Amino acid sequence: MASNSSGDESSRHQTARHRLSVIAGHLQRPTDRNAALLAVDCKAQGSKPNVNTSDRGEGRTVPRRRQEIMKWNGWGYSDSRFLFNKKGQAEFTGNRYRLSGMIIPGLKDWMEGTFGANLQHKTQATPVLNTSAVQPPTLNEAFVEELKSTGIPFSHEGEDRVFRAHGHCLHEIFALREGKIGRVPDMVVWPNCHNDVVKIVELACKHNVCLIPYGGGTSVSSALECPPEETRSIVSLDTSQMNRILWIDEKNLTAHVESGIVGQDLERLLNESGYCTGHEPDSMEFSSLGGWVATRASGMKKNIYGNIEDLVVHIKMVTPRGVIEKSCQGPRMSTGPDIHHFILGSEGTLGVVTEVTIKIRPMPEYQKYGSVVFPNFEQGVACLREVARQRCAPASIRLMDNEQFKFGHALKPQVSSIFTSFLDGLKKFYITKFKGFDPNRLCVATLLFEGPREKVLQHEKQVYDIAAKFGGLAAGEDNGQRGYMLTFVIAYLRDLGMDYYVIGESFETSVPWDRVLDICRNVKARIIRECKDKGVQFPPLSTCRVTQTYDAGACVYFYFAFNYRGLSDPVHVYEQVEHAAREEILANGGSLSHHHGVGKLRKEWMRETVSNVGVGMLKSVKDYVDPNNIFGNRNLL
Amino acid sequence: MANTYRVLDKVHLQDEEEFVDILEDKRHCSDLRFALRTFSPPPYKGAPACSSAELNQAVLESQYLRYVINEVAMGTGSSVEEVRDEACGIMREMSQNLQLRFIRLLGFVVRKVFKRIFSAIYVNMEGLQALQQATQECPVILMPNHRSYIDFLVVSYILFNYDIPMPVIASGISLAGMKIVGEMLRRSGAFFIRRAIGSDKLYWAVLSEYVRTIVRKGFAPLEFFVEGLRSRTLKSLPPKLGMMNMILEPFFKGEVYDVTLLPISISYDRVLEESLLAHELLGFPKPRESTAGLLKASRVLQENYGCMHVNFGRPLSVRQLCEGKINRCQYNLTPRDLPQKPNAEAQACGSWLAHMIVRLQEEGALTSPWSLMACVLLQVPTAALTEEGLLFHQLTERTLWLRKLALDFRAHLNWPEKVPDSDVMSSTVALHRSVVCRKAGRVYLTRNDELEQKHSMEEDMMRTAAALLMLASYRNQCLHVFVRPALLALAMSVTKSTRKDELLTCFCFLQEVFSNEFVFIPGQSAQDFEEACSLLHKCKAVHVGQWEVTDSDTEPEVLSFLQELLKPFIESYQVPFIICVAN
Repeated sequence: MASNSSGDESSRHQTARHRLSVIAGHLQRPTDRNAALLAVDCKAQGSKPNVNTSDRGEGRTVPRRRQEIMKWNGWGYSDSRFLFNKKGQAEFTGNRYRLSGMIIPGLKDWMEGTFGANLQHKTQATPVLNTSAVQPPTLNEAFVEELKSTGIPFSHEGEDRVFRAHGHCLHEIFALREGKIGRVPDMVVWPNCHNDVVKIVELACKHNVCLIPYGGGTSVSSALECPPEETRSIVSLDTSQMNRILWIDEKNLTAHVESGIVGQDLERLLNESGYCTGHEPDSMEFSSLGGWVATRASGMKKNIYGNIEDLVVHIKMVTPRGVIEKSCQGPRMSTGPDIHHFILGSEGTLGVVTEVTIKIRPMPEYQKYGSVVFPNFEQGVACLREVARQRCAPASIRLMDNEQFKFGHALKPQVSSIFTSFLDGLKKFYITKFKGFDPNRLCVATLLFEGPREKVLQHEKQVYDIAAKFGGLAAGEDNGQRGYMLTFVIAYLRDLGMDYYVIGESFETSVPWDRVLDICRNVKARIIRECKDKGVQFPPLSTCRVTQTYDAGACVYFYFAFNYRGLSDPVHVYEQVEHAAREEILANGGSLSHHHGVGKLRKEWMRETVSNVGVGMLKSVKDYVDPNNIFGNRNLL
Repeated sequence: MANTYRVLDKVHLQDEEEFVDILEDKRHCSDLRFALRTFSPPPYKGAPACSSAELNQAVLESQYLRYVINEVAMGTGSSVEEVRDEACGIMREMSQNLQLRFIRLLGFVVRKVFKRIFSAIYVNMEGLQALQQATQECPVILMPNHRSYIDFLVVSYILFNYDIPMPVIASGISLAGMKIVGEMLRRSGAFFIRRAIGSDKLYWAVLSEYVRTIVRKGFAPLEFFVEGLRSRTLKSLPPKLGMMNMILEPFFKGEVYDVTLLPISISYDRVLEESLLAHELLGFPKPRESTAGLLKASRVLQENYGCMHVNFGRPLSVRQLCEGKINRCQYNLTPRDLPQKPNAEAQACGSWLAHMIVRLQEEGALTSPWSLMACVLLQVPTAALTEEGLLFHQLTERTLWLRKLALDFRAHLNWPEKVPDSDVMSSTVALHRSVVCRKAGRVYLTRNDELEQKHSMEEDMMRTAAALLMLASYRNQCLHVFVRPALLALAMSVTKSTRKDELLTCFCFLQEVFSNEFVFIPGQSAQDFEEACSLLHKCKAVHVGQWEVTDSDTEPEVLSFLQELLKPFIESYQVPFIICVAN
């Protein structure tokens, strides 16, 4: 039900803001390229619009024309990037992040030391998208005609199409930087609501058009790549404009939200009402609710809030067979296999998720970061294991290995006062000299506690006590907070690396506790070995961190990057090494993916992962739901 | 299979390698200074060092052993504590207690002895450098061939000499029983394994966990003899697989990134135990290893045993070798700590690797002039050797002919360069005066002590037999060079066919028959056959066509020599066979 009760001051305040924003929205209404068509307002059709947070355009991050604020060939906002200034110091531009506008003195040395990179050796990316390189769209005229009559906005402009033809795999971005553009969707549509999607899917079925759902575009599994063998017209169904919270149910603590909303908007809007979902994947700035559902996403704070499968209460998905949804919102059901699990992780192969009812929680009263330094990675893992055994994991607990610790160190912004730098020096002295930690072995865990203040403090003590048993030393809030900030800027750093012949990527797995150390060691060693064998001239960066703890295992994240000077086909080398690393993961008892999904990148291992029968089951679902392969992105199977 | 050849090729490349005499190198430096030298091997990157007490504790506290202890307790009805105590007892009996002090002491003694009895100990430095590098990267398994009691002393001595971490060594339990010496060996890194363990579940569990823990921790190389025991006949023995499987398991289960296998070929000009071995073969009981016995044996110190060559092979990566042969995912679904018999795939892999190591040991071995001479002498009728003797120049001629053949067959010879062949021949005969002697331009089998005593017939026969057996043993040292072509030569004479497919069938059959005699890598008969063809072709003994192998007339001697070489083996197999059939 609607959440606001009139008379309440804050709600009056909100109503006022709402009005203002409506007006602003009218003023700013984007000049639509297909302006001949009038967007049909879905709001009237939406179920019980919430007065609170409903209007489109207000405070939403993602415009229809993504190019207005985002890079076409790199990560994130156009205004935010790392660069080396004239003095050769690294700095982060823009003003969106804590690091924005700051000088990062250690980065240059780290890059030179770690990769053998050199500021003199620069590779320039193609600055602007050359739309003439984009192949002309293959349009299905009948489909386009009928679509026009529905009034749903669409475009077949080159820029719009290129933006929706890729995720953020290394090979995708690398090709864009070189100005190479492969098969792209022939057309982009922007449904405004569930019913729009129903219409689009009906038309697609009628005219045999291939639909590829597009949410935030943060895929790292080649899931958004257009299958080259696809001969039909490919239509990218961009859900970004379906971004409203339709209602908030404060009695049951749920919110009903359109699937296109991106994480930061969802969180911010809920925050305005005093709630949150607590679902914070590293990509939350840009990834969408529908995308989370379609890939079985995991959030940093899952220890408190759960992963996406724990968070959803109800899902509505439009398939070629019709709409699939449950009839009620019971918190758990014994009604055969859970149909949500056909949808969760379906990666856009069965239909489009349009609306999701998601659990919400009151915003936490108190948040506290923290960090612990361990003498070595083994001790750190042992500590995390113990924390998991005692089931007292904080909202987030992550353990970085030594290389990543050094990396984090290199990203320390310039300190303003002599006093701080003196203090840092003192800390370093205490840890390495007084406590005898080897700076080339020590590693650090970052922590985030959430909850009522008292409980947080109590919880904090419990965790630090466990850490102490494994030789861990508390290392301050600052280190912790910086660790988490890094997750948001690390993707920007890849772009900087690519400016200087360094390419890299991250990939993840989940693994039983007893294998965590083995898998970390073996995969890292395998990466180094493969790089050497494939002729990489410089030692690669091969590092990992344990990012999630479960009762029976952990999620491990690997980062891998190398300087590719001297290689004729760096992307191919990169792919071979990543392939080998994945083989190593599987041979060491790791899973194919913990939360990135399978897409097309990891398809080849699906059969051995889920068995023949498993693949058969998934196939038969696909065959029933989508016999003509309308959702033809060819992910997963 | 391609892998094997890659590996074998690498060994061939070693032809050019230089061997350095480590005794010469240090002869002028005092033994004491040597023993007290600073020993600073580069540390292992994978994990910190681990004391033997820590190692023992890790084994006893392992999940695996706890599980087996419980199981055994349930099975036998005894209490868990009792079984645990028993396991501790086994550990005490087994475990090494490596201490640098004792290595130094041993170094001091061993050096004194070696300088006395060997004219030189040659070691290939490149192999040592590669080994030193390898010990820093991942667990290293040293796998020497086993011909003499002193094998492991030699290896440890060399490693100590060149700053390579001291190995822990799997040895037979009989050595542990020796007073003082047993303890010295223990403190020099030996751990002791019972013979005939049979179905003692607890013992197996302790042993295998002990070995696996050593591999997992990787702090020291593990040395073991894949042949399982000293070869009494100086011929390579078919490998024992139990130990091999224990070593591979940590890799298969992902507990280590890789395991490095390092074949070591130790070749003696003259083996210390030569007459002891011959007598053992004649049925005299092997003297029990005892300290008193060792002291008695000190007379071996009076003699000269010529040179010794220690050839450190190239480090082999188990990971690379097993690629595509083993599906490591098979261990994903059960806890790795639970006892689990290696499956067929893992066993096949272990067996393949073990056989390959033996083959590489053979390839790395150096063939001495004496060994070639033994081949020649054994093809002379015994009576001729004992009575009228063989003309020395005939022996020289035949031996030189054989040397050429051996070189054609890619053998590594330790034929001294820049020395006239006749000098090599005479010095070799002189070195082996325990077997042959040279009188008036003729060579005889040594039968008598210098004293002109009357011997009974029986004693005489025993002496002849012992000398012949020694000869046979030295011939065995170089059999691996000839065995493949010889089997083909045999197949040609048996089948009287020239068709390749028929010859191959017969060749495979013979390999099977003699699989306990000679070591062949399982599943590689076709390659062995091809190798035999190409070698015989190389020495112009046969023409090899696409479908046919025919003998050429240019070198008729080769085939007959090779057939003759195998004759004793065939005959010794024929006799029991005939008896069996007759019964």
